[in-house]
Amino acid sequence: MSQNYFKDILETDGLSIGYKQRRGEDLCLLSDLNLTVRRGELVCLLGPNGSGKSTLMRTIAGLQAPLKGRTLVEGVPIRERNFGEIARLLSIVLTERLQVGNLSVYHIVSLGRHPYTSWMGRLSDKDESMIKWALEQVGLWKYANKFINQLSDGERQRVMIAKALAQDTPLIMLDEPTAHLDLPNRVEIMRLLRNLAKETDKAILLSTHELDLALQAADIIWLMSKNNDLKIGAPEDLVLSGSIEDTFKNKSFSFDRKTGNFIMNYQKKQKIQLVGNDVMGFWTQRALSREGYQVTREKTDYCSIHLIEDRMEWEIHSNGEVTNCKSIQDLLLGLNTYL
Amino acid sequence: MQNKTKIILFVGLFILIALFLIVDLVLGSVSIPSEKIMSILMGEDVKTSWNYIILNFRLPKAITAILVGAGLSVSGLMMQTLFRNPLAGPYVLGISSGASLGVALMVMASVLLPGVFGVIYSFLGSWALVVSAIAGASIIFVIIGMASIRISDSVSLLIIGIMFGSITGAVVNILQYFSDPEQLQSFIVWTFGSLSGVTWNEMNLMAPVVVIGLLMSFVLIKPLDALLLGENYARGVGISVNRTRIWVIISTALVAGTLTAFTGPIAFIGVAVPHMARAIFGTASHKVLLPAVVLIGAALMLICDILSQVPGNQTTLPINSVTAIFGGPVVIWVIIRSRSVKASFS
Repeated sequence: MSQNYFKDILETDGLSIGYKQRRGEDLCLLSDLNLTVRRGELVCLLGPNGSGKSTLMRTIAGLQAPLKGRTLVEGVPIRERNFGEIARLLSIVLTERLQVGNLSVYHIVSLGRHPYTSWMGRLSDKDESMIKWALEQVGLWKYANKFINQLSDGERQRVMIAKALAQDTPLIMLDEPTAHLDLPNRVEIMRLLRNLAKETDKAILLSTHELDLALQAADIIWLMSKNNDLKIGAPEDLVLSGSIEDTFKNKSFSFDRKTGNFIMNYQKKQKIQLVGNDVMGFWTQRALSREGYQVTREKTDYCSIHLIEDRMEWEIHSNGEVTNCKSIQDLLLGLNTYL
Repeated sequence: MQNKTKIILFVGLFILIALFLIVDLVLGSVSIPSEKIMSILMGEDVKTSWNYIILNFRLPKAITAILVGAGLSVSGLMMQTLFRNPLAGPYVLGISSGASLGVALMVMASVLLPGVFGVIYSFLGSWALVVSAIAGASIIFVIIGMASIRISDSVSLLIIGIMFGSITGAVVNILQYFSDPEQLQSFIVWTFGSLSGVTWNEMNLMAPVVVIGLLMSFVLIKPLDALLLGENYARGVGISVNRTRIWVIISTALVAGTLTAFTGPIAFIGVAVPHMARAIFGTASHKVLLPAVVLIGAALMLICDILSQVPGNQTTLPINSVTAIFGGPVVIWVIIRSRSVKASFS
């Protein structure tokens, strides 16, 4: 850990990002950014494809030259340092899958100690205890001697997070750490990162497409939109101000401010009356909406659906006829065929 | 694999090399008893002709075999890691093509332009081939070196190296087309590769250069390990990928260029031995692989040299054919059994 205590671990100072062109004007994506990430904070960078998330991440990490301004980690300007010094200030976890398979988990995490070892790469006691600690943090110490190709994708990503932890940097940057993972692993990685930020007091900055996970896990969201604009705030602030709704506005779906969910906009069919409430009612309504029916509590001239909650059955009442359905699947089939 | 198993394997390889070295010294068209060979090596004067054969012919040949096996295998390993490509080898950047061009020019153009090359040829004498090969390899090396400073991605560099190989190969073809059968033959014999042509005088140059190149590669263990994670991760843990790339190229050019100059382009070993080492030691870590390829490469070249001496006959087979014919099936077997190529490069 550094001797100096910086409340802001990452600062950008009038940073403009984009691409220098050989001819004509530079292609500027975002300009004059003054961003900060504080100690113990989990920041999620969100935005649609093509909004410049990767460019911002690369520029902050010093892998790409800014058009203007600079990035400081613990007060140190990144671009003025060499790779070895940068590696002690920030560690990175990338989306790309490792190509090598026959390396042990321990060996891969030990590569995180490279900035601290001599040219021989010999690990000191401190290095070894850092590697053990890092693997324990991600819950993979028991796999230390396994080869990386024996692990699942979620475990592999945790190994790379352990590598970043072993690197012992104040800032950890992750580029779409939950890409390629299934839902339980996505949730697990986000939960892990949030806990790590709180427990280790590191600053964690990640880019992601997972809006719902980011809304639940992040302290701060950096929201990029297609019209070269970056909004910053607590997740809830961005929801209340309508920024999230605006950014992800689309013809086929919309963001529901009340539930925090995305709702798909289906073509509208007939009105159906739904009689009954509770959990069963909620899921029945969702199914009917998906099929395009407009669900209402009032009587309609089309048909009505009655929930028999004690038997978990559905009844379709139409023109005096009653059809009995054992499941929602049955119910939807019934609505499509009989009517 | 346990560390203990690895140590046993290393010790086993050492013993194998010692064994093959003795066999290599014993076998030959003149039969010399093995106990006499020991005394000759100790400096005793047993029999002038025997002393001459052992000290000036078989010993330098065996040392050359060890240097070629170790040097080309290490170069091949570094190229495979740098380019993340299982087919890469010491010659992938066109160094052997450069050397071939130098030799082809020297051998064949001396007929086309007798004035200029004739003078050079008579001036250099027995060093003519070596000097022309080094000159050819150096020119390609300088071009690739400059390209590697300008170009920051390895795949482009690989393609440029292969292109240079094709261009120089085409020039060599044109030279072959216009040359006399006699010149053509001496060039083709050079391309067969030979371990037996190295004199002590030449060894005094070849051995130190190869050893320096090998020592450089041991300094590169740490950045090479980081490169296994990909170039971006390597930068992320503080490795300068460009600098590593330049040092790998310098080391490879020194080792492969020098060896090719003295022995001709010896194919196969540089590509195959790294795969055998991965299969046997079951790891991609260079701390293990680098010493492993040195030992396996040396042992394999000694075997090939032993096999190239047709029993009961004066002839020796071209070493290039022996490495492929006898080494090929071994490598295929190793790869099928262990599937380590997929684990290393998938």
